[in-house]
Amino acid sequence: MALRVADYKTDVHNDWCPGCGDFGIVNAIQMALAEMGVERDRTAIFSGVGCSGKTSHFINTYGIHTLHGRVMTFAQGAKVANPDLTVVAIGGDGDGLGIGAGHFVAAGRRDIDMTYIIFDNGVYGLTKGQASPTLKLGEQPKSLPKPNLNYSVNPIGLAITSGYTFVARGYSYDIRHLKDMIMQAVRHKGTSFLDVLQPCPTYNDINTRDWYAGLDMKDVAERHSRIYKLEDTGYDPAVHYADRGDLDEKISQALIRSLDWGDKIPIGVFYKNEHITSFETRMQEHIPNYTENPPAHQRISEEERPITDVSGLLGSLLV
Amino acid sequence: MVDFTWLIGGPQGSGVETASTIFSGVCAKAGYQIFGKREFHSNIKGEHSYFEVRVSDRMVRSNSSTVDLMVSYDAETIFRHYSTVAPGGSIIYDLDMRDTETVDVATMDPYFKERLHAEIRRLGVPPTVRGVLDAAARSGVRTYPVSFKDLLADLAEQHGNPRLKLMKRMYNVLGVSLSAGLAGLPRDLLLRLIQDVFHKKAMVKKLNADAAAHAYDAGADLGDIAHVLAGAEKRPGTALVQGHQGTAIGKMVAGCRFQSYYPITPASDESVYLESNEILDVKHARPGSISVVQTEDEISAIGMMIGAALTGVRSSTSTSGPGFSLMAEALGWAGINEVPVVITLYQRSGPSTGLPTRHGQDDLLFAVFGGHGEFPRIVYASGDIEESFYDTCLCFNYSDVYQLPVIHMMDKFLSSTTTTCPVFDPSRVTIDRGRLLDSIDGEYRRFQLGGDGISPRSYLGLKNGIFWNTGDESDETGHITEDPVVRRQMMDKRLSRMDIVLERVPEEEQAVCHRAGEYTIVSWGSTKGPILDALEMLESEGVSVGFIQVKMLHPFPAKLVERLLGGARVIIDVESNQTGQMGNLFSQNIFRRIDHYILKYTGRGMTCDELYDAMSDIIRGGAPYRTVLMHGS
Repeated sequence: MALRVADYKTDVHNDWCPGCGDFGIVNAIQMALAEMGVERDRTAIFSGVGCSGKTSHFINTYGIHTLHGRVMTFAQGAKVANPDLTVVAIGGDGDGLGIGAGHFVAAGRRDIDMTYIIFDNGVYGLTKGQASPTLKLGEQPKSLPKPNLNYSVNPIGLAITSGYTFVARGYSYDIRHLKDMIMQAVRHKGTSFLDVLQPCPTYNDINTRDWYAGLDMKDVAERHSRIYKLEDTGYDPAVHYADRGDLDEKISQALIRSLDWGDKIPIGVFYKNEHITSFETRMQEHIPNYTENPPAHQRISEEERPITDVSGLLGSLLV
Repeated sequence: MVDFTWLIGGPQGSGVETASTIFSGVCAKAGYQIFGKREFHSNIKGEHSYFEVRVSDRMVRSNSSTVDLMVSYDAETIFRHYSTVAPGGSIIYDLDMRDTETVDVATMDPYFKERLHAEIRRLGVPPTVRGVLDAAARSGVRTYPVSFKDLLADLAEQHGNPRLKLMKRMYNVLGVSLSAGLAGLPRDLLLRLIQDVFHKKAMVKKLNADAAAHAYDAGADLGDIAHVLAGAEKRPGTALVQGHQGTAIGKMVAGCRFQSYYPITPASDESVYLESNEILDVKHARPGSISVVQTEDEISAIGMMIGAALTGVRSSTSTSGPGFSLMAEALGWAGINEVPVVITLYQRSGPSTGLPTRHGQDDLLFAVFGGHGEFPRIVYASGDIEESFYDTCLCFNYSDVYQLPVIHMMDKFLSSTTTTCPVFDPSRVTIDRGRLLDSIDGEYRRFQLGGDGISPRSYLGLKNGIFWNTGDESDETGHITEDPVVRRQMMDKRLSRMDIVLERVPEEEQAVCHRAGEYTIVSWGSTKGPILDALEMLESEGVSVGFIQVKMLHPFPAKLVERLLGGARVIIDVESNQTGQMGNLFSQNIFRRIDHYILKYTGRGMTCDELYDAMSDIIRGGAPYRTVLMHGS
């Protein structure tokens, strides 16, 4: 029987603030899982700590709510041990780009077949609105005693230069588009990164839903949504040829678009490269039956006795 | 009875380790039991390193404080170790460095030089290699000058290749071969071992074998200690093992299939060994493998290990103190979520970076108490390499059966040891996965309350086994709750496990009473070897001393240890740290005072002699409350 979106929901009470952008993201994830028909018990959602960290409790698959900044480490370990799992990691921008920035970069280098979604709202909501790594320099959301002293990190640019092979952005109030981004990300072979712009209605009074909609623009006649879709502009994110020329071009255009902010903020797929081998392929080069007999499939005992035969190694130690 | 210690020293990168591998191998193949240990600086090339090998026809488990044969092709080795050579012992040295002065040796730090100069002034000799060797000779040490340069020149002539004269990197092979010749080790064994060690390149193999043969003969011609090591009766089933092999092969046999790690001395050798042997033969089944992942830091190493363990795979990580510090937060996550994982903790001297390549048992209390909040864990310590094989398998069983993180305490003393021991026997190992499920029908709750508090365990990917985990307090399904009643139930569920562990783990796995006595040593971990050797020395004088080796350090088996103590009147705590950490646990749990501490925290391992001396002082009476051991350079 085909699963419906409702099958991917738990009955856990959702205590996010009314109007929180996170609702749109969790809905889009549930819709994407249902549309792809992924088996619930072969799927694991890992989450970090913060408002976004609670997401795994709202989704009716295996749900692992980990530590602040460390979500990618847990998720990658599980995927390496059992490559059959569909693994999606979720965290906030402070979680993944502040305390977890080292893991963010290292995960890109590995390119394990999984998806990482960052709920990006510019503030640390659960601790009452401090500046997060994506908050722009000089901005002062309402909880900050003074304007932000730090330059903002560029999640899209950092992901591309770290080696992520699928890099995209969604917007939490465009659920249909976001669902499509999630499906593309999950289907991508390799680590896919999805930056989701998500207004925090309680603490970020600058990048609000109205701001993204352009309602603050002074010239009423010229008002427009700040968000636009790359795909609507004929943008082609894919690296088609495994040569430097095409790679240089696709990386350059993606990095340039990643700098866009202000009145025109792109969403959609920035960069996609299917010519890079995933971690699983690299493992298989050294362990020929890795994908067919990964750690999680291996038998280690029979009637409580070990069946690993180390006689060769032990023989070499005998004097 | 043969009890012979050989020492080779030289700058790091000059092949000291290769030379010791050869010497240890030849002695073991000649039928001897050996115990060897390497000391080295945190440095790649140039600083002093040395290797001592103790050779005997009976079991040896530690180094002694004196050396019977030292070989050196650099001045620093002479300056640092000439005084440890016993009267009647021998020193083979390179003639070329005879006039080297102490001030010429830049790698000797000022603190050592100051002590050396004071000693040289006392001896009334010039501050040169020749000077200290003359002093050694006066005290009855035989010194054998050999021109290493001439040996190379001979080789160059033999091969018709003048460039060989400059091959100083073969000094290590010359040194070990001279020693083997002088000590009378079987020549054919030496040549066979040289060929094994250099088997990768035919040319290098030939060159080294020729050099070895020539140096062996030169060594045999040197003098009259010949044939002290002519051979002993070989014990069948003896293996020559290195420090990391016990835990590494233990992990393979125990079924560990995932290991994550971040490079750190002295733990990484184990991970590298696992990765080098990643494909595993499996009886009646297709080949298996262990996935070894080098991570970006130890935080990632523990996170990945936990993630892998959640898929039902036996998973572990291996680290040292600084890395374990970074793991403290995630350790608590594994505790609150009842995830079975094994952390192999190869301790070294702290705090902070401390003495990064030196020994210490500094991290016991951190292993027991590290991490915020209260959660169940097991801290388990191995006494030697042979034990560490079986203990590794036990640690995986404990983690699965009691569903908690296990910290397996190892250390630098063990990791840099090469020793003979009975070969590991996998048929003595059992695998108990506890309440890990292989199928689920109907409703499932990961943290179901009731019974003994240990719930049936599902894993990621198991049909109908969906569960949630969180670092927050949670209910039976694993969803967050802050309810006070559930909080109490869950805390009690998890922590009641500590009593269960002490009830169910067999007593002989918790603590070993090697012997009982009026004077009884309590200790843990790698001090076992020096203690047993020192107790044998005392026994040969008719003095019997008890020894209780505590293996399960948390939860602490207080009742068992108390019973094993029997009528012990004087309790002596022996540890390689400054504060007597296990003595602390002992007194906390047993409400009994430690009568004497014997501690060492210089970064060097204990020798049996210094321990014997300290014990003799205690038994004679008038020993201080706290004795600090200092042997070693």
